[in-house]
Amino acid sequence: MASTIKLELVTPERMLVSEDVDEVIAPGYEGEFGVLPEHKYYLAILSIGVLRYRKGNEVKKISLGGGFAEVEPERVVVMADVAERAEDIDIERARRAHDRAEAALKEITLDEDTYLKAHAALRRAIIRMAAAE
Amino acid sequence: MANLRAIRKRVGSVKSTQQITKAMKMVSAAKLKRAQDAIIAARPYARKMREVVQALAARVGEDAHPLLAARETKKLALLVVTTDRGLCGGFNSNLLRATYRFLAANREKYEEIAVFVVGRKAREFLRRRGISLRKEYLNVLGSLSYAHAATLSENLVGGFLAGDFDEVQVVFNEFRSAISQVVRFERLFPISLDQGGGGGAVSGVDFLYEPSQKEILATLLPKYVETQIFRVLLESVAGEHGARMSAMDSATNNAVDMIARLTLQMNRARQATITKELMEIIGGAEALKG
Repeated sequence: MASTIKLELVTPERMLVSEDVDEVIAPGYEGEFGVLPEHKYYLAILSIGVLRYRKGNEVKKISLGGGFAEVEPERVVVMADVAERAEDIDIERARRAHDRAEAALKEITLDEDTYLKAHAALRRAIIRMAAAE
Repeated sequence: MANLRAIRKRVGSVKSTQQITKAMKMVSAAKLKRAQDAIIAARPYARKMREVVQALAARVGEDAHPLLAARETKKLALLVVTTDRGLCGGFNSNLLRATYRFLAANREKYEEIAVFVVGRKAREFLRRRGISLRKEYLNVLGSLSYAHAATLSENLVGGFLAGDFDEVQVVFNEFRSAISQVVRFERLFPISLDQGGGGGAVSGVDFLYEPSQKEILATLLPKYVETQIFRVLLESVAGEHGARMSAMDSATNNAVDMIARLTLQMNRARQATITKELMEIIGGAEALKG
């Protein structure tokens, strides 16, 4: 019976986390889900959000730009499109990106592509700010 | 014997060429290091992705998604990956010659071969030979990021799902080492599953899917293709810098040889002039004496 789970978080550009942890809470497609050791086999799409993981009493946060999670009883593999540790986030930059995206959204266009892009940028910025706080 | 001034000028110009090739070599060495690091950094993600996709595909079978199902190949799409810039030895020409041979050999076999190119060099070469290109991606390799791979994959997967072509192959230079790159043809998709027991470990287990198996496949598989394309691009970039580095290294060496040869020639010419002048002086003096 495993008492910890191995969390491996990778992005296309690098490996971000590889640690044994007690609990993982991830932003699933239909809402957050928590993973404890001995979880069922589970494959989920992740949405943009904050991923948290706990080791003892210490909780760490990572901002996530969507991806996948494969859960096994003793292991969680997160494949994120983009991810950043909370402590690495430059809050000033995130705030600027937030303002920029918001301004872009105000200029209403019928061009769906630009709208979606700006909207996604805004969501990303909000999440990064949330993770950093 | 060539005149002194001309040789001296020549030496000067070879020297400045040598300086340029030396600098380019050093720049390429630095870029190669960075490209190699990028390949290594991208590996864990690609490996995990392959594991997950293979396990998943083994569970669902090949009818679950078009990207998994092989169909009869009538129309082929070929992605040709070269560089934007030259001066990298036989890197591009080897690949393009192989590509051209492939196109010539397979023209009869398929109804149509749609060619996608990455890099200016492929465009120039294929256009000159009258091969029409479906799409060109230029100037992406200098600042390669995952987003580029995503765009490429979007276009290819989109065309595949829409029925524009039945199979997608890629031809690129695989990075072996700084001095060796190998031209390779690879099938990108339909995804072939060499299971070999891979994923068998959990194939009997009940998996939960969120939101649903179908939706996961629809997002996961294109992403898998992205990682494959990203890998190909990274390999090609690393290979390019390696090839340029060795090409520039031999150019620098050639310049050294050439300078040595020219210097010898120059000294001979100089000595010949001195001898000639001496003879004239002595001759003059002799004439006066008599």
